[in-house]
Amino acid sequence: MSLPAFKTLRNCQTIAIDDVPLVDTTVFRNSIITAVEGGSRICALFGVPRDRLDPQVFSKQLSRAVIRVFAVLAHDREGTLFIISTDIRGSYAALTPDCPQAHWFERELFEQWGVVPEGHPWLKPIRFHKTYNKTEDQTNARESMIGITDFFRLEGSEIHDVAVGPVHAGIIEPGHFRFQCHGEYVYHLEISLGYQHRGIEPALIGGPTKRTLHYMETLAGDTTIGHAMAFSHLMETIMGVSVTPRAKTIRGIALELERLANHIGDLGALAGDVGFLPTASYCGRIRGDVLNLTALLCGNRFGRSLVLPGGVAFDLDNTLVQQLKDRLRAAFSEVSAAVNLLWDTPSVMARFENAGRISKETAKSLGLVGPAARACDIVRDARYDFPAGIFRFSQIPVSTWDTGDVFARAYVRWLEIQRSVTFIQNQLEMWPEGKTETEIKNLAANSLAVSLVEGWRGGICHVALTDSRGLFSHYKIIDPSFHNWMGLAMALRNQQISDFPLCNKSFNLSYCGHDL
Amino acid sequence: MINVLLKTLNQKNRTIDYPKSTPVLPERFRGLPVIDRAKCIANCKLCIEACPTDALTDGLKIDLGRCLFCNKCLSACHTGAISFSQEHRLAARTREDLVLKDSSLNSLKLIESLDKESRRLFGRSFKLRQVSAGGCNACEADTNVLSTVVYDLGRFGVQFVASPRHADGLLITGPVSRNMRLALEKTYEAVPAPKLVIVVGSCAISGGPYIDHPEVLNGVDPVLPVDLYIPGCPPHPLTILDGVLRLLGRL
Ligand code: SF4
Ligand code: SF4
Repeated sequence: MSLPAFKTLRNCQTIAIDDVPLVDTTVFRNSIITAVEGGSRICALFGVPRDRLDPQVFSKQLSRAVIRVFAVLAHDREGTLFIISTDIRGSYAALTPDCPQAHWFERELFEQWGVVPEGHPWLKPIRFHKTYNKTEDQTNARESMIGITDFFRLEGSEIHDVAVGPVHAGIIEPGHFRFQCHGEYVYHLEISLGYQHRGIEPALIGGPTKRTLHYMETLAGDTTIGHAMAFSHLMETIMGVSVTPRAKTIRGIALELERLANHIGDLGALAGDVGFLPTASYCGRIRGDVLNLTALLCGNRFGRSLVLPGGVAFDLDNTLVQQLKDRLRAAFSEVSAAVNLLWDTPSVMARFENAGRISKETAKSLGLVGPAARACDIVRDARYDFPAGIFRFSQIPVSTWDTGDVFARAYVRWLEIQRSVTFIQNQLEMWPEGKTETEIKNLAANSLAVSLVEGWRGGICHVALTDSRGLFSHYKIIDPSFHNWMGLAMALRNQQISDFPLCNKSFNLSYCGHDL
Repeated sequence: MINVLLKTLNQKNRTIDYPKSTPVLPERFRGLPVIDRAKCIANCKLCIEACPTDALTDGLKIDLGRCLFCNKCLSACHTGAISFSQEHRLAARTREDLVLKDSSLNSLKLIESLDKESRRLFGRSFKLRQVSAGGCNACEADTNVLSTVVYDLGRFGVQFVASPRHADGLLITGPVSRNMRLALEKTYEAVPAPKLVIVVGSCAISGGPYIDHPEVLNGVDPVLPVDLYIPGCPPHPLTILDGVLRLLGRL
């Protein structure tokens, strides 16, 4: 497929910023809509003040108001990325009415830069922070108070709102949920986040600094390896450095261990939410065993300080490889027994099946990613579609199911657990020799690259732009949760409110990864 | 049903024998940092410069409240003066106690428990409400793990509860994002007095990786009185358990 207005690039390919097509806003809009209709999806859509890209422009007053908006699209089947940009001053015609998956991105654009997408149906803040480029003449750049916004309201004599959060009942992160209900019946769920906002993106500008890697590792701490890998790939791409096969293998193992731990934990939590305690307690423990495997590798259960630009900080010797093999085998046989109990237990299946169903069409139009998308029969997995690192050499088949309900989201995870275990076992068999670190260089100047990694929640996308000194003039992070929160809202439509914990857990989205 | 019972038998009893014995930590585990000044080269500041959070300062004082246990100082050091021990008992009762002038295993100071009256109140039944205020979900996860069969927190009479009104205190994670300040204060107010505050992770102690971001408040100290600090990024579950049990005078 070729899309005329766009520049085509691959995952982890560096291009000059000047090579990104700069088009008229109407062309920009139409091209994206056409491409999405043709089967592409929006990976990233973000603004950068033009003066940051173009230090020659001295008329500050004028340029401040101009935001260059970049769009990165992905065509999964063909494994290609497409990029395009436009300059926007003040406002433009929103994409959302014609392309629903742009909705959250356009809200972000509005919140970060005060760019108004005219005709956006629900233009509300997503993180509740001050507009970055607040100026006198931008009246919509208001200061926001967390959680104060125009929530949807449903009219009717027996309609009521149920408001939950930010502080929830369990040990989980904060977020606010509003259900529009009639009795137990949920018409709509509105999700309002931002409580975890720590200002990561602004802090990355001018970097990389010695804190950059730590932001990556902790922006969503349960996805430490995923984000550290996306970042490292991006750095290595722009530096023109390639890491050793041994480092790639260790990264791949760590990424799949992260997936295993989280998937196993979530299956346990799903069992807990339907009151099936055997699997809940076994999986809770086995998850810990898998985290301990990561700690075996690098001393930290979440993989902190393992992946870094240039390679990995810890090597594996034969004893460790053997330990990993043995302990993984034991964990896998225990998890198989625990998880298979779920599918054999009618009281569990009665709650899983048909709960929180999303149609394939909805999933496609919202641009869902990860197990949530694959549970709707969408073949979308960056390890397969946009392989980088070890996945260029060893492929993992894509796991899908077609019912789009809680069962499908649980079952896809189980399929992925099995495939990740096989992958790790294979890697541990064919163990490449060599070093684990490669000398790193400076970042190339005036460049742009995109990095996609399939984290356990779905596709992680990082985009970096460098300035004339080779420092970040912009760094964009899109956690898979950014695409999927609306999926959870849709899954709750026409459900019992009592199924919320179950539906929520079947997605298990990141609050901090979204809030940044 | 029989099948479930069989599976349960196969999964065995997995609760660790703690505190009678301490489980083996992985060889690469990074516990209490140990600094051997004798190995330092005069005026070398490589470790201080490498530290992402300024946890290391002149004179090689190390602030465990800022430390991410990230290994950067160790990698920067040419002489092997810095290492990380297997010592997991790191909690402190005051912020100052986390700043180690001489970081070695001998200097380790285990915390004192609460006074007698508080021990009488909380020692045998202690309910906590957890609040994440900008935490990355790793501190939260390793707190949550204490309720699994492995640690079985319940056997010590410690439990996480759903409502602050049922709690004896808060366990807080995260650098306290501005957006969570109000919710955190309200949750604290809802806990009946007397109440305790436990902060877990470098974020909640100092801001951690987010120190001095305008969007965060550099931890809980500026907002609430703190009774126990548990350092780490995230702390190992045993570090958290050790801190809580010592506070209650159970160890
Ligand atoms: S381990 Fe602690 S002291 Fe050492 S560099 Fe990391 S944060 Fe600084
Ligand atoms: S201290 Fe570290 S692990 Fe804990 S919340 Fe902060 S960044 Fe996450």
